Amino acid sequence: MTRTRGSALLLATMLAVSACGGSPAPGAGGQQGAKEFSVGLTEPDHLTPGNTSSSYSITVLQALFDLPVFIDAKGQPQMRAAESVTSEDQKVWTIKLKPGQKFHNGEPVTAESFADAWNAAAYGPNAWTNNYYFENIEGYDKLNPETPEGSEEAPKPTTDKLSGLKVVDATTLEVTLTAPFSQFPITLAYTGFAPMPKAAFADLKAYDAKPIGNGPFALDGEWVHNQKIRVKKFDGYAGPRPAKSAAVNFKIYESRDTAYVDLRAGKVDLIQTIPPASTSEAKRLLGDRFVPTPSGTMDYLGFPVYDKRFQSADLRKAVSMAIDRQAIVDAVFNGAFKPMGSLVAPLVPGYRENACGEPCVFDKAKAKALFDKAGGFSGTMNLYFSNADPSYEQWMTAVANQLKDNLGIADIQFRKIPAADYLSTLRAHKQDGPYRNNWVMDYPSPQNYLQPMWGTGNRMGWESKEFNDLLDQANSAASMEASIPLYQKAEDLALSEMPMAPLWNWQDQAGYSDKISDVRIDAYSPNLDTITVK
Amino acid sequence: MKYAVQRLLQAVPVFFVTTFLIYAMVFALPGDPIVALAGDKPLPDEVLHTLRERYHLNDPLIVQYGIYMLNAVQGDLGETFTGQPVSELLQGRWAVTAQLAVTAWIFELVVGIGLGVIAGLRRGGIADTAVLAGTTFVIAVPVFVVGYTAQIMLGLNLALFPTAGVDEGWPVSYLLPGMVLGSFGLAYVARLTRTSLIENMRADYVRTARAKGLRRRRVIGRHALRNSLIPVVTFLGVDFGNLMAGAVVTEGIFNLPGIGQQVFQSIQLQEGPVVVGIVTVLVMIFILVNLLVDLLYGVLDPRIRRG
Repeated sequence: MTRTRGSALLLATMLAVSACGGSPAPGAGGQQGAKEFSVGLTEPDHLTPGNTSSSYSITVLQALFDLPVFIDAKGQPQMRAAESVTSEDQKVWTIKLKPGQKFHNGEPVTAESFADAWNAAAYGPNAWTNNYYFENIEGYDKLNPETPEGSEEAPKPTTDKLSGLKVVDATTLEVTLTAPFSQFPITLAYTGFAPMPKAAFADLKAYDAKPIGNGPFALDGEWVHNQKIRVKKFDGYAGPRPAKSAAVNFKIYESRDTAYVDLRAGKVDLIQTIPPASTSEAKRLLGDRFVPTPSGTMDYLGFPVYDKRFQSADLRKAVSMAIDRQAIVDAVFNGAFKPMGSLVAPLVPGYRENACGEPCVFDKAKAKALFDKAGGFSGTMNLYFSNADPSYEQWMTAVANQLKDNLGIADIQFRKIPAADYLSTLRAHKQDGPYRNNWVMDYPSPQNYLQPMWGTGNRMGWESKEFNDLLDQANSAASMEASIPLYQKAEDLALSEMPMAPLWNWQDQAGYSDKISDVRIDAYSPNLDTITVK
Repeated sequence: MKYAVQRLLQAVPVFFVTTFLIYAMVFALPGDPIVALAGDKPLPDEVLHTLRERYHLNDPLIVQYGIYMLNAVQGDLGETFTGQPVSELLQGRWAVTAQLAVTAWIFELVVGIGLGVIAGLRRGGIADTAVLAGTTFVIAVPVFVVGYTAQIMLGLNLALFPTAGVDEGWPVSYLLPGMVLGSFGLAYVARLTRTSLIENMRADYVRTARAKGLRRRRVIGRHALRNSLIPVVTFLGVDFGNLMAGAVVTEGIFNLPGIGQQVFQSIQLQEGPVVVGIVTVLVMIFILVNLLVDLLYGVLDPRIRRG
């Protein structure tokens, strides 16, 4: 009697468990379909283009949406959904769209589809992540009224339309900016500028889980959180990059290491980030299918210029010269990153190798001489970084050791800050020592680095009217080509005062299985539409 | 029956105290979860304000907790910072973790007791020494080492099991992670069974049973083993907590979208409501499992039931 009861209980539990688990859907492995492949992914936060800046979301959105412009492998803007983006004065821009484009639900893509999406993103109460991308369009402040001093609550905007957006006709959109901005066309390659169909606005929440785009792939089925997102070729696509494969299965991984094991086991066909620790093994195993891609992401060492101990530019340069960037890159990043003597990443038009010159080249003797000339450093030097990644602590420790050995700074302490608190700490100028500063590129223009990082209200508390004037001149230059020398002059100025020292440029390491070919991953997109399945 | 109801009623204060403590702990974490959402990019003040208000982050702790509980008893667990309903988020994940835990449990139970019996009956023999050495090893090695090693050796190199994910469903996808997760508990179950069995085999009632001329099988199964299982069952109840803690690591290694992964993520993102929701259910399950264990004592040894 007792024995039966015991086993019945166990059996019941097992049945209940297997019943609620459900059986796997066919094709979930991504290997069954003839002309489809799988891509390793981290769980996206959102799939509404205006509401996400995470690279995982963007990987999916690049398959689902055609933006007005795209950036080719050389970093040059090319037209995609737009036929042309032109301006006489760099302030009023006319975007002409290619006719005959369709959303996945059959709706035509019109100038209004762009205006609607941009207005929604710029509308403060929607609280979308990409809100600030629209701040240079006229009328932005009306959609984002400032919170009065001492009040917790922001007043409700009186309008939900940017006055700077004018739908001229079905294929013409006129954009008026608050100031001339020569880089405007290149910014239109950023995911935040994607169009949205009318159907989206009936239920924005539902749309976020099931976006309808205008790209070569359409969402297929539900986004199964933390497991998979499936997209299939969109037959109504009339744009310039029709999909070569029938479908792509995004398999969501919690850890990069696990994704890499699955790549080796043939369970996933493409992963965009091979863990640095596995670099040499991956090179050996994958051969040509190991693809290092330079990235736009840079690490810097910022100085608290508002702190009087860091007011001497010579001291800041001495610190920069005392750091052996190559040694740290080799030790911490397996040599995958590139030491930097420039404020912008190598793939950005206008990049100059070692624009910085001597102050960014490791030289122990000169560093020490300059350090002494600047009066040295007394007291504790605190180094700030966040706990978001263990490698931060590794390279900061290396920097600390080099500053000890090369400059003789005896008392160095670490200030490791929770990731959630790090940016507010920097913003509030609470750091009293050198700190890790990082920038992820949004679009390949020197402006995208210089303005947010060195411009007004920067984290270092560095102020230079000359620098800001140069940026204004460059922004209103007649063309992108004409703007570059002016950005370079601004970069030179920032380097000569060194409120923040460049350290290294990141690199991503992708890998793919022998099941797929024509993989053209670049810094701007994994270009999933080009991939063919053997 | 009265006993069972009593035990369930005890859960009510436990429920409120635990949830409040958890809420307070997440609340006390440093940093602004909304700012952290945007990574290295700035968020406009307007967006910050709107999001803080939406998630009541400007209110004092007790008010936030009150709002949460009021909604929770009405079946609304709120939503995550990315706008996904918490109840929907957890739905699919419980199934994954339950399947993992049951696989691990069955493994612990069957293999653990089996090894324990073999070792206990042949005390000092080769089998016994092997079990002792093996379990010492498993207890000493951290679960992530066992996990990654098993994944590479058995999953990738020998291709006996899937390397990661839940594509193949239960039980195939859960076998390897279940064994990894259960290995620690298995070692204890085996040792407990062994020791307990050795003791009981020397007890008077076993000698009596033998003297009566009962067959060896019946003596061991019906008399000695049954009594020996009481400490093992106690352990299996308590071990449920260990399984949940181990699930955080195991689910991470084998990419199982379960509760463990979610707790880890949510604590990092400081999503108080999600953490509280999960922990509350965990506490309830823990209470239930231990209730079941107590009831099982009665089955194994009727004297306990009467007492």
